[in-house]
Amino acid sequence: MNNPKELKYTKEHEWARIEGDIAIIGITSYAVEQLTDVVFVELPEKGKHATQSKPIAVVESVKSVSDVYAPVSGEIIEINEELVNSPELLNKSPYGEGWIAKIKLEDKNEINNLMSNEEYERLIKSAKH
Amino acid sequence: MSERQIYICVIFFQFNISWVVLLKKTPLYEEHLKLGAKVIEFGGWLMPVQYTNVIDEHITTRTKVGLFDICHMGEVVVNGPEALEYIQIIGSNDFSILEEGKSMYSVMCYENGTTVDDIFVYCFSDDYYFIVVNASTTDKDVAWMKKHSLGLDVNVENKSDYYAMLSIQGPYAEKTLHKLTKGNLSLIKRFGFIEDFILSDIKTIISRTGYTGEDGFEIFFDSRHARRVWNAILDAGKEFGIKPIGLGARDTLRLESCYSLYGHELSDEITPLEADVGFAVKLDKPEFIGREALIKLKDDGIKRKISAFEMEDNSVPRNDYEIVSGGSSHIGKVTSGTFSPLLKKGIGLGMIDIAHAVVGTKIFVKIRESLHSAKIVKKPFYKYTGRKY
Repeated sequence: MNNPKELKYTKEHEWARIEGDIAIIGITSYAVEQLTDVVFVELPEKGKHATQSKPIAVVESVKSVSDVYAPVSGEIIEINEELVNSPELLNKSPYGEGWIAKIKLEDKNEINNLMSNEEYERLIKSAKH
Repeated sequence: MSERQIYICVIFFQFNISWVVLLKKTPLYEEHLKLGAKVIEFGGWLMPVQYTNVIDEHITTRTKVGLFDICHMGEVVVNGPEALEYIQIIGSNDFSILEEGKSMYSVMCYENGTTVDDIFVYCFSDDYYFIVVNASTTDKDVAWMKKHSLGLDVNVENKSDYYAMLSIQGPYAEKTLHKLTKGNLSLIKRFGFIEDFILSDIKTIISRTGYTGEDGFEIFFDSRHARRVWNAILDAGKEFGIKPIGLGARDTLRLESCYSLYGHELSDEITPLEADVGFAVKLDKPEFIGREALIKLKDDGIKRKISAFEMEDNSVPRNDYEIVSGGSSHIGKVTSGTFSPLLKKGIGLGMIDIAHAVVGTKIFVKIRESLHSAKIVKKPFYKYTGRKY
């Protein structure tokens, strides 16, 4: 599995890259594999407040509509506008160009609620068996 | 991330066991698992929704050839001296002009004109008809059909467990099947069929019909041979790029072609006139169930109609989303919606108030909290253009 070690994960298959007091967030390669063909991403509004474990974005494949949950709480300071016209970036590069939003962390303790990549990979393994 | 609607994503190891028992499997279930299919529940059946992904399977069917397991569909045989009289009563189309070896689309209506089911009727002779009904409605249809056969010299038999049904669709469908038979497939014209056609050494009923808007065939045969025929077709089609196709692409293909799906464009709350399948309703026929109600509806004028629309941004309409006018008043709802792999945009069918159901009209689809602009377009999104190879 190729889930980057430095990221934190949720059981709902989001990831967060913590850089100082900023979290860059997206969905995992496992999530993208389950969706297969992403055709639409509804991004959150810049400036809005995200709450940990609450929906902040929507990802659609041809046949499905899925909520994306915020891995952490805080102000949404940047969104990946590229996804509006190129939703396939999620398929191509879920941990890179397919990032969804940047959130200004409001409570660093929330990071403790997230999983390490080992814990996340165990979760995926158990889901596959 | 979690899936919120459309398909309940059934991951077969997470089932509640009591539920599994209630779901039916086609004879090809194990083959689908071997092919890596994602399996979902549909109409009481465990069916493959996709093997690779919907877009890939859709485009494969449009440009090459696809194989569909549709064993979940129901087959009902109607035979007896009064079979034609009977079928004229239960069906809205005019079967007196249906020749032997031809098939015809029809609907069955309740007395109030709403729809029991939409069906395909194959005429073997005027005392033997073979009817294909929808999977989720098979039991209801058979009960209703039997009830209306009382007093007529006709026998209605549910043969759904006996028959396997496969669909081979796409420009290379004929070339694929040609490798498995000595029979002459080009003799079968659109909506025509041949009984006792030998394919892969198995006796089949084969028709040039389908639900994709492509040239193609549907075959019916003893379900004990399902695996053998399925694999023989996949082998034969290899050189043409054949792929197994799941229900996901089956739905996007039929939607681009604007074919109705029972439970969406047709239902026990929707008449065939409102569903815009009036071509299959022959009100000048002396008698059929629902005729009076439909004549009255036609005279009064229908108030709403299934219309095709396409989104003007990159959003995707989905079943049950609200449709509003430019003035923000409610004018209908989406009955089927998807991302069109061919047009690369959101498309849909919706039940829309008749005043707004006019090609070119601007409408809005409410997607979650916001309104997205769309316009009514001519049907279908994709038109069958005949055999290509």
